[in-house]
Amino acid sequence: MDSPPITTTPTDVQLIDRSEEFRTLRRSFRSFAFPVTIGFVLWYLLYVLLSCYAPGLMGAKVVGHVNVALVLGLLQFATTFAIAAWYARYADRRIDPTATAIREAHGAVVHAPRESAE
Amino acid sequence: MTELASSATEHRGLTMALFGVFVLATLVITVWAGRQNRSAADFYAGGRGFTGFQNGLAISGDYMSAASFLGIAGAIALSGYDGFLYSIGFLVAWLVALLLIAEPLRNSGRFTMADVLAFRMRQRPVRTAAGVSTIVVSIFYLLAQMVGAGTLVTLLLGVSGDAARRWTVVAVGALMVVYVVIGGMKGTTWVQIVKAVLLIAGAGLMTVLVLAKYHFNPSELLGAAASASGKGEAFLEPGLKYGATNTSKLDFISLGIALVLGTAGLPHILVRFYTVPTAKAARKSVLWAIGIIGVFYLMTLALGFGAAALVGSKEIKAASASGNTAAPQLAEVLGGGAGTTGGAIMLAVISAVAFATILAVVAGLTLASSASFAHDIYANVIRRGRATEKEEVRSAKWAAVVIGAVAIVLSLYADKLNAAALVALAFAVAASANLPTLLYSLFWKRFTTAGAVSSVYAGLITSVVLVVFSPVVSGAKTSLFPDSDFHWFPLENPGLVSIPVGFLAGWIGTLLSRQQPDPAKYAELEVRSLTGLGAH
Repeated sequence: MDSPPITTTPTDVQLIDRSEEFRTLRRSFRSFAFPVTIGFVLWYLLYVLLSCYAPGLMGAKVVGHVNVALVLGLLQFATTFAIAAWYARYADRRIDPTATAIREAHGAVVHAPRESAE
Repeated sequence: MTELASSATEHRGLTMALFGVFVLATLVITVWAGRQNRSAADFYAGGRGFTGFQNGLAISGDYMSAASFLGIAGAIALSGYDGFLYSIGFLVAWLVALLLIAEPLRNSGRFTMADVLAFRMRQRPVRTAAGVSTIVVSIFYLLAQMVGAGTLVTLLLGVSGDAARRWTVVAVGALMVVYVVIGGMKGTTWVQIVKAVLLIAGAGLMTVLVLAKYHFNPSELLGAAASASGKGEAFLEPGLKYGATNTSKLDFISLGIALVLGTAGLPHILVRFYTVPTAKAARKSVLWAIGIIGVFYLMTLALGFGAAALVGSKEIKAASASGNTAAPQLAEVLGGGAGTTGGAIMLAVISAVAFATILAVVAGLTLASSASFAHDIYANVIRRGRATEKEEVRSAKWAAVVIGAVAIVLSLYADKLNAAALVALAFAVAASANLPTLLYSLFWKRFTTAGAVSSVYAGLITSVVLVVFSPVVSGAKTSLFPDSDFHWFPLENPGLVSIPVGFLAGWIGTLLSRQQPDPAKYAELEVRSLTGLGAH
């Protein structure tokens, strides 16, 4: 199924797609975005499941009228802010410079997309 | 007549004047923006000239609908902690948009979601599917806002009767069409920005006033809310609303998944990423939006628990069974109570903010759906890409008029529909039809036209069919048709089933079809989406 397509000459964009530089960029992006997405979705699901099925734990008091449920809810806010800030920093350092370098080296190769190629 | 309605009647003049000021100001902005619109990129994408911060505010404006301001504050005021569960899903969802969707979409698309979905596929079938799903999601969402607006505005103005409610729906519908037709994306974006600032300022002021009453000690506020609710500490724990039965728990899980996966598939949110010049600016706008929306939802906690403590559930339920008026009622109490000038001013101000919120959101929805009709269905399917820019924009304006008219008529006859269920349905369709197709298109090399068409239609049809045969439509006291019972699907939210169906259909559709993906087009999409080469 994954046999190489029978093309004689690869297009210019395919050459960029296969270049070492682009593969590094793709790896930097995917190795951050995919695992982090899986992580925060699971963390959120854990919270939802606890809310449904662990009323005793969620109702336990932490301090004053503040209980575990409220703390966990606020933690979801905190992790959302933290992941956003983490990604912003990561993208600034690991994604933007490579993307800019590729864009500047190949500016003329890709033109505005054709629409309605049919 | 309830206490809210009578004080609303006394100060109707002030409330009307504030409504009027907002409408006038936004119309001036719209006309000003409309005079600068020249090209299709101006109309659809506001000339792509907004900064990350401006667009972040506009995204927040588009997202913080009346359902989140009035609905969540009311849900917390009446159901305590379970109301808060909504806001967590609504916020966490933004990480999906940030990490996977915003930048690739900005880099590889032009005006609509379908630009990305159809990039490496056959244009006509994929654009038709995406256009249909965009319009369906937007109309459900639009109905929710307009039905809510009709009830709410009549309540806030203290006018009663069906006629007043109908005129409100017509007026809101007419205004949203005017914003879109005259102002295009530039005008609509500025309306969102003004609204977001007003909403944050209003909610912020009320939050400070509530906390001040409890010595800025949140625990004291929680205690007061719990004891005033009559439910004690259970009010602060999950379970009051969703914990009753196994079905209601599953319903909550279904809702939670739809909220988290739906946001990044909402067409009126996706088109906002095109209003900034680069992918980096799109990223910045999502970062701003996460900050603004997060702070706003934290404030709704104070508003909801504040309303529970200071207004009381009896007063809230007397004005509106769903709790939608909890926030305006709280404003009146914070200003000094019914009959005082301070109370009247606060009530009028917060009512005007709620009105601004509704108007801005419906304008954003009308723009997204008419843009998809014109750009995807008219220009690329009907005219097969031979329409000029002028013709395309003209058809978008006509589409806005038609969609506005359809929404007005449906809202007039659908006043019994539950607004929250409609919003949940819109999120479920977005998560089941749009998100799987977007993710496969961007990240799965093997994905084909057949896969894209199957995941859109399977997700869309499954969600709609499951809702039709759910307790939302029949078989329960709160159903659309309470007197008949043809429901067999137990959950109100279809996401738990329809989202996996959407993902599976895209996968199976791809494997079963004999179509070969075009490796050159995928390479092009990949390079464009990650580097921004050739971006519009």
